[in-house]
Amino acid sequence: MIQKIVYASLLCLASFLSAPSSALTLQEALGMAVGDADARIQALNQAIDAADDKTAALIQALADDAVKTAGDKIFIVRDGKATDPVSGLAVVLPDGAEDVISNNRMRGELEGAQAILKLFSKDDKLRGQAIASLLKDPDASKLALLDKALAVEANLALKAKLGLARAAAMLGSTDKAQRLEAAKALAESKEPSTQLLLNERLKLEEDAVVKAQLLASLAKIKSSLGLGETLGVMFTGISLGSILLLAALGLAITYGLMGVINMAHGELIMVGAYATYVVQTLFRQYLPGAFDWYLIAAIPVAFMASALVGAAMERSVIRFLYGRPLETLLATWGISLILMQSVRTLFGAQNVGVENPSWMSGNFALLPNLSLPYNRLMIVLFAAMVLFGVALVISKTRLGLFVRGVTQNRPMAACMGVNTARIDTYAFSLGSGIAGLAGCALSQVGNVGPDLGQNYIVDSFMVVVLGGVGQLAGTVYAALGLGVLNKFLEGWQGAVLAKIAVLVFIIVFIQKRPQGIFALKGRSAEA
Amino acid sequence: MNSASHILELPKAAPLMSRSGWAVFLVALIMVCIFAPLLNMLVPESSVFHLSDFAISLIGKIMCYAICALAMDLIWGYTGILSLGHGLFFALGGYAMGMYLMRQIGLDGNYKSGLPDFMVFLDWKTLPWHWLGSASFAFQMAMVVLAPGLLALVFGFFAFRSRIKGVYFSIITQALTFAAMLLFFRNETGFGGNNGFTDFKRILDIPIAQPSTRMLLFVLTGLTLLGFYLFSCWLVQSKFGRVLQAIRDAESRVMFSGYNPVAYKLTIWVISAIMCGIAGALYVPQVGIINPGEMSPANSIEMAIWTAVGGRATLIGPIVGAFAVNGAKSWFTAAFPEYWLYFLGAIFIAVTLYLPQGIVGLVRKIAGTSDGGKA
Repeated sequence: MIQKIVYASLLCLASFLSAPSSALTLQEALGMAVGDADARIQALNQAIDAADDKTAALIQALADDAVKTAGDKIFIVRDGKATDPVSGLAVVLPDGAEDVISNNRMRGELEGAQAILKLFSKDDKLRGQAIASLLKDPDASKLALLDKALAVEANLALKAKLGLARAAAMLGSTDKAQRLEAAKALAESKEPSTQLLLNERLKLEEDAVVKAQLLASLAKIKSSLGLGETLGVMFTGISLGSILLLAALGLAITYGLMGVINMAHGELIMVGAYATYVVQTLFRQYLPGAFDWYLIAAIPVAFMASALVGAAMERSVIRFLYGRPLETLLATWGISLILMQSVRTLFGAQNVGVENPSWMSGNFALLPNLSLPYNRLMIVLFAAMVLFGVALVISKTRLGLFVRGVTQNRPMAACMGVNTARIDTYAFSLGSGIAGLAGCALSQVGNVGPDLGQNYIVDSFMVVVLGGVGQLAGTVYAALGLGVLNKFLEGWQGAVLAKIAVLVFIIVFIQKRPQGIFALKGRSAEA
Repeated sequence: MNSASHILELPKAAPLMSRSGWAVFLVALIMVCIFAPLLNMLVPESSVFHLSDFAISLIGKIMCYAICALAMDLIWGYTGILSLGHGLFFALGGYAMGMYLMRQIGLDGNYKSGLPDFMVFLDWKTLPWHWLGSASFAFQMAMVVLAPGLLALVFGFFAFRSRIKGVYFSIITQALTFAAMLLFFRNETGFGGNNGFTDFKRILDIPIAQPSTRMLLFVLTGLTLLGFYLFSCWLVQSKFGRVLQAIRDAESRVMFSGYNPVAYKLTIWVISAIMCGIAGALYVPQVGIINPGEMSPANSIEMAIWTAVGGRATLIGPIVGAFAVNGAKSWFTAAFPEYWLYFLGAIFIAVTLYLPQGIVGLVRKIAGTSDGGKA
């Protein structure tokens, strides 16, 4: 009983006196639920310092609006059944019990309290999450709590992280010595977020000694992060490059080999992405057990959907415009408008959600600051496979032979008995189908919406033009080169300026080498 | 249509326009300068002959588009170079005018500051360097011509010198306007970012929203359009214009005959860009807003379709096309907003497949008076 009175009267001291786990009292419970927000927050903060499972349950119930009071009694009401939060026993809810209503500020505090409770949870994983969030968003007022957590932490790896989190919190302290100690301790961290933290402090720091230590710590972190960072940029560059490659590969066939300017290429990518979405929806509805494998089924569907749209385009419009590239450009732009609007009519103007299958979500952590998302890795792999497939079709199959023959000399190919009109349709469908595959891949890393294609059309033309028309190898080099260049510039100047710089670079490059990196050799006056 | 008759006709200095052409021109002039203001301002609103403010602003807007279509026709219809970046020149002219109008707001902005509102919002204390001349009307009007003109000169010089042509040129101009759009979307560029310029109050210290100012801008736009039409008539019939058409039809032959196509292409390219810039400058005070959306590739490609719908390589065609397509657009977006893009897409396809000469070509075919308007 004495213990209870001490809690009630000297709550401020309680946090330092109490053991981490002691029973929830009625006074505490009422303090958190009744009164004005300030008093409740104070009660909440004190309760956390001596929290047990029942406190956690009450805080959860408060956050869920599942608490009622009647006079000096308090109840947690879930599914129509009332329990007493202090004893944990089922009780009968008296008539006239009132809801406890929490305002936004109170809700924020409740969320914070839950995060702190996690810090003392018995589950290593939950503690790890709590520490990571504290490390990212340090708060000097949580220092006492961190000290306490540090004292009881048994897991060595978590203990080290906790130490860093404590240092991060100390960095904001008003005491110079503490800041210095914190800056020293943080040099051991290999997290990019620590770097950010130190940089932020550096801007505010006025003391010269601490400043010097901050700089030294930063330099140390930077050297240990350097390799991972460079590799990370390389990887995102290659990942972007493989996306560009997928987007441009189909264009390399329709534009590069056939000379058709297809402004609707981006919309064919979009058709592939929506085909993936449809397959996903069907799997969810009819084969929920095999949902993880919907993507495998979506690949041929996306290819066929775009190839069919492409074949229809070629048969109905493009074939009448061969040899008139500017007219083709305008007509295919018209087709792109119609395709976009059809998708809006069918699926709505909003983006649709395409989920990653479970085997594609998650990361592969290579270095502390370098983790490769599985979906990006898969796309690089997929792009390589598609490239290999296209190269095989063009160089080894009968269709590829005919396509090359018709491209090089149409009348002669016709004389040899090749049905050139049909080959045109097949080749265009092949290029469109590859756009569909690109759409299937893109649906895994970005938004799927009616405007999806618009974002890629300028880029894919740039890749093909830069690589040199009629050259698959050029397309590969151009796509990967542009991807990596873009990402390196992005780290240096930001995304928009990087994009502008790349476009300007291409414009200047084309001046120098109008035929692209790999020009076909010839003596034509019509350059 | 045989070439012999053309050679015989050449030495005769053809009249600028036929008699009926002049008659139509005169009617248009009277309509713009006298009828439209009268019908809008003097005829009471209840009368069927009253021209509403909405109609005036719509027609004024479309006349600006018609200037662009005319500029497009000079470079595409007569020289065979399809630009997908004319929206950039249009927007540059518009931005140059917009800068002046922003400064004319003076202290009447939301923040009551001498700086334009968006700069106050970004916490800038002084005008950036490219805004220094913006208070002077004369300077900004010079920029309306110089900004698109110089950009076109530099870009065109390098592009034509490297003999970039055909689809390559089209795609690169598209990349150019796309890059510029990204640049103007940034707040740091100093052109108002996403929102661009709007909320104008005055032009030359006259309130911009009052009916007489609007009417003046309308008449000015109409006169500019008619002036550019006369200029284009003269240009395409001059020797310069004939070389342009020769370049369109067989550039190599022109080159081998001793002409340097670069100078010709560059000149018409710059003229065309400046025309678009002036159209943009007239457009902004009438519409009351300019933002980077004007530079989107879709806008530029739409200019090409106005020209194609009306009829390439005829001068009346682009004007007809601009009115037809934009008239349809304003009707569709009000009546069936869902179907406008289907319709626009269908126009693109139908015109390229079935109407290579556009509306004017169709009318001539029906009337049976085919003359040398060959694309």
